[in-house]
Amino acid sequence: MEEVHLMKGNEALAEATIRTGVDAYFGYPITPQSEVLEYLMNEQPHLRTGMAVLQAESELAAINMVYGAAACGKKAITSSSGPGISLKAEAISYIAGAELPCLIVNVVRGGAGLGTIQPSQSDYFQAVKGGGHGDYKLIVLAPASVQEMADFVDLGFKLAFKYRTPAFILSDGVIGQMMEKVILPPQQERLTDAQVDELYGDWATLGKKKNKPRNVITSLALKPEIQEEHNHHLQRKYAEITKNETRFEKINCDDANYLIVAYGASARISQKAITLAKEKGLKVGILRPITLWPFPTEAIQEMAKQVKGILAVEMSAGQMVEDVRLAVNGKVPVEHYGRFGGMIHSPTEVCNAVFEKLVNC
Amino acid sequence: MTEEVIIAGFGGQGVLSLGKILAYSAIMQGQEVSWMPSYGPEMRGGTANVTVILSDEKINSPILNEFDTVIILNQPSMVKFEKEVKPGGILIFDPNGIHNPPTRTDIKIYTIEGVKEATKLKNTKTFNMIIMGAYLKVKPILELDNVHKGLEKSLPTRHHHLIPKNIEAIQIGMEKVKPYEVSQAHLLN
Repeated sequence: MEEVHLMKGNEALAEATIRTGVDAYFGYPITPQSEVLEYLMNEQPHLRTGMAVLQAESELAAINMVYGAAACGKKAITSSSGPGISLKAEAISYIAGAELPCLIVNVVRGGAGLGTIQPSQSDYFQAVKGGGHGDYKLIVLAPASVQEMADFVDLGFKLAFKYRTPAFILSDGVIGQMMEKVILPPQQERLTDAQVDELYGDWATLGKKKNKPRNVITSLALKPEIQEEHNHHLQRKYAEITKNETRFEKINCDDANYLIVAYGASARISQKAITLAKEKGLKVGILRPITLWPFPTEAIQEMAKQVKGILAVEMSAGQMVEDVRLAVNGKVPVEHYGRFGGMIHSPTEVCNAVFEKLVNC
Repeated sequence: MTEEVIIAGFGGQGVLSLGKILAYSAIMQGQEVSWMPSYGPEMRGGTANVTVILSDEKINSPILNEFDTVIILNQPSMVKFEKEVKPGGILIFDPNGIHNPPTRTDIKIYTIEGVKEATKLKNTKTFNMIIMGAYLKVKPILELDNVHKGLEKSLPTRHHHLIPKNIEAIQIGMEKVKPYEVSQAHLLN
């Protein structure tokens, strides 16, 4: 029988990295994600799987260690919160440009600047629209439970290696800090050097072989013709990811007259809000993007044919709402609701917002 | 059955651990749980609170703005959370340090002299388990057997010899919890 654990989201993610056969974690502490590093240090995974855990001297160092490990075909992960992710942005762009697989985790706190340590979802633009420079995309997964914090480690790495591109877990202070039941994934072995060579030997820098040219990892191509072709290649890859990997969950959508689009903690809070709305006779469904990029544009377009109005609920001043509006393209009203700056909206506030912004307007 | 409870007091009173033991005990009887702490600079001396939800069904929001039961262990929390008890719900408080006792008449109110009883036991660390006992007497939602198992799960093995002391403190809390009438305010301290 599977053993049920009671863990914080951050701890579940940390334990899942060990069980997913990750080769290395490089990080630097910052609230509200510090339990990831704390748990891994305490657990000493080098004794369990040989996984390396290192507290780097800075976020810059941590992400560049990930860059180096990924270039060698290793499974490497780093985690931080908004201010730390901003520091990592340059290397994230390099890793995307160099087409390397890795996993980056942001347990979001309120910003801008050093902001606050309380939960927020105001790093949506940073994760989905860039953060770093250049025409790149990250596969962005948004866990809404402690279980998904554990499960998305494996999913993130699978997608990252399948497409040779960085994957990103966009969590928040609520999902990172809360405890709930979790079933941990089974233990996977770390790949041996021979397996890495067999699987990724055509690109990973594992040392020059006699009968093959040297593998080179770089994001630099000075000739614009070559850089343009590289960008076309990236865009074809992103189109493929959009086609194959868009994920979302629909909750009570079948006979809904109004729709909430929400991810992460806001999707959980909205679930309580729609039960409050139901008590007042209003049928509200939720569409929860599981991947924020690729965004479930078509699913939202479909729902726009059915509902009278859509509310994007997010702990920000209104970021994801822009993608919802692009999807809906004016067919029905799309409004935004959310507390921000570290404040968390309550189920009652979300329910009231549905009435105020969509029904009684 | 769904029970939505918030425990609020000072950091260092064992508020978060009390929530954790509640959550583990509920898991032992096969329920769903969610535990959401206030986190941050609320170590010893600051305010700390934890929202715990126990349910037979899948739990949606870990964030709530009204509660079936509110357990209040300091004055700042009284100001903040008395108003968040659902009408007909329960408020349990330790009168120690409370200078503005609750005034609502649409809820059931109980007192537990947790600080006094823990001092009598010469073990202030039992404070949160005395509060746990008071809560379980008022809301018998957990079997004591499962609380025992919950303690085993949430305490590190090196502290397991302390479990009988914790159970004793729970029983004292169960004995000493008293209903409180708003009109008795003048009798406090």
